[in-house]
Amino acid sequence: MNSKAHLEISGVSIEFPTPNGPFQALDNVNLKIKKGEFISLIGHSGCGKSTVLNIVAGLYQATKGGVLLDSKVVTEPGPERAVVFQNHSLLPWLTTYQNVELAVKQVFKGKKSKAEMKEWIEHNLSLVHMSHALDKRPDEISGGMKQRVGIARALAMEPSVLLMDEPFGALDALTRAHLQDSLMEIQATLGNTVIMITHDVDEAVLLSDRIVMMTNGPSATVGEVLDIELERPRDRIALADHEKYNSYRQQVLSFLYEKQKKVEPINPAQTNLSKVASKADEPKQVSA
Amino acid sequence: MSTSKLTLQTDKSASMLQNLDEKFNNFLRIVALPIIGLVIFMLIWNIGAKQVDTSLGKFPGPVEVLQQSQNLISEHLEERARATAFYERQEERNAKRLAKDPNAPVKWREYNGRPTFIDQIGTSLITVLAGFILATLIAVPLGICIGLSSSLNSALNPIIQIFKPVSPLAWLPLVTMVVSAVYVSEDPMFAKSFITSLITVSLCCLWPTLLNTSVGVSSISSDLQNVSQVLRLNWLTHVLKIVLPSSVPMIFTGMRLSLGIAWMVLIAAEMLAQNPGLGKFVWDEFQNGSSNSLGRIMVAVVVIGLIGFCLDRMMLMLQRWLSWDKTSVAR
Ligand SMILES: Nc1ncnc2c1ncn2[C@@H]1O[C@H](COP(=O)(O)OP(=O)(O)O)[C@@H](O)[C@H]1O
Ligand SMILES: [Mg+2]
Repeated sequence: MNSKAHLEISGVSIEFPTPNGPFQALDNVNLKIKKGEFISLIGHSGCGKSTVLNIVAGLYQATKGGVLLDSKVVTEPGPERAVVFQNHSLLPWLTTYQNVELAVKQVFKGKKSKAEMKEWIEHNLSLVHMSHALDKRPDEISGGMKQRVGIARALAMEPSVLLMDEPFGALDALTRAHLQDSLMEIQATLGNTVIMITHDVDEAVLLSDRIVMMTNGPSATVGEVLDIELERPRDRIALADHEKYNSYRQQVLSFLYEKQKKVEPINPAQTNLSKVASKADEPKQVSA
Repeated sequence: MSTSKLTLQTDKSASMLQNLDEKFNNFLRIVALPIIGLVIFMLIWNIGAKQVDTSLGKFPGPVEVLQQSQNLISEHLEERARATAFYERQEERNAKRLAKDPNAPVKWREYNGRPTFIDQIGTSLITVLAGFILATLIAVPLGICIGLSSSLNSALNPIIQIFKPVSPLAWLPLVTMVVSAVYVSEDPMFAKSFITSLITVSLCCLWPTLLNTSVGVSSISSDLQNVSQVLRLNWLTHVLKIVLPSSVPMIFTGMRLSLGIAWMVLIAAEMLAQNPGLGKFVWDEFQNGSSNSLGRIMVAVVVIGLIGFCLDRMMLMLQRWLSWDKTSVAR
């Protein structure tokens, strides 16, 4: 692989103005991402993962530092950094097809003919296995399907980087596994560069080339980076008792639950209980 | 085997019974109960009306109202017959004159009858719709601008809040004077009274649409706004493709409220300004003070209510048809 960074997050800090003075959410976040790499961002809820993603997307402006895409500074949002939002963000008055069409028309105006656009829209929807529901509106399809359409819309923009903010967070385990497989398949064919936020350790290990673990906020930054050297294509069942796979999981869990243990002083008795419980059955997910 | 068959059958008949039960309940709710309510209301009205003595006779009960509505319809038909007769005579006269001398001066006159109850209904309907449409044409674009710009919102909000609760009766004299002063033309396309009513209605029913539109636009979800930003939609596309559709449910809610207000305001304005319409009909009957007057006014009351109801249903149907958010279309 080409060693020059495709996307570079360099010295990014951000302060949000709040009623009680400025709140420093991120402090000096650095990350270099190669073309075609799949990166997972993992960390406790509220540490600043979405903020990092939004800065890369151009939706937030860093107070210090910045983001370079192909050596160009990112200053505003754009379709070359397509975002898959946590809650699908489909336009509820448009059908599946029209939702993707809106993006395609905007990005390929004057570059594709009408017929080519139609073909491209249908192609992207078939990538996420949604060809059967082109004329359905978001309220007529399930949560998993909506998320698929959201992914198709982002892919259809032919982005150089695909940004996903907990794309499968709201889905049940089976649907999530299904979509993870679809995503791996798509990434294998298209070779997109992906940054995905997740709070699911298994998901991170299964999908990523590298896992970026963030420290707790305020002033969150990159804690550790873990290279995942598992051969692709990866199969979740075969990996289940793969030694390396489990050691990766172990490392992420230890980062989250030992090094970055989140203290949540709600009710001391309860906190104790949940600690015992979490030791007993080793949670698969970081509680949100 | 046989026992299982039996249970199956009892199951089936039980479910059929349940089905029947459900159907009966639906029938009760949709047809029977409203009818029972209506009948009880009629009875109370009938009994109550007999107790009330006025200087114009007893308060009209349901029977008088029915009689008077028949009278009003037949009066309308008579008036129509007179009008056709008038035009026929005029035609004949002019034809004869022209036959004698092709260059003879012929006069065509309009029939000048008294507007009947039915005519007044028509006038009121046209006025209310015109006023409502004018209000919508102003309120929706303005509401979108206010919703998009928080500074415009801050600037206009106090003004809106002050004008919103103003009664039509307060506007009316001002509107009348301004229309008389400004709307002067040799051959006016619309009657002054029509313009006055229309503007008064618009002024009063503008506000719900304006407020709902601006709230709908400003409360557009940040997710959709982010989508628009990522796609780099330009301002116009953003407004047309994202903002407008997403606020359609709120706009319709506002429009429904506006139409209801428009109808109430119109009747009051017509009464006060003596502008043609149902309001004037009520006022004229009141001034007439014949023994039938109260009954005729009561007919007008019922008709006003029915028309208001129908207008609301029409808006609801329009909303169902045009709005993407079917859940916001309640009752
Ligand atoms: N627009 C904002 N204004 C003020 N504070 C914000 C804003 N966005 C995020 N934050 C704060 O920054 C921190 C990180 O938030 P976020 O990136 O959403 O966390 P995560 O996605 O990891 O759960 C939180 O403490 C949050 O309250
Ligand atoms: Mg988040």
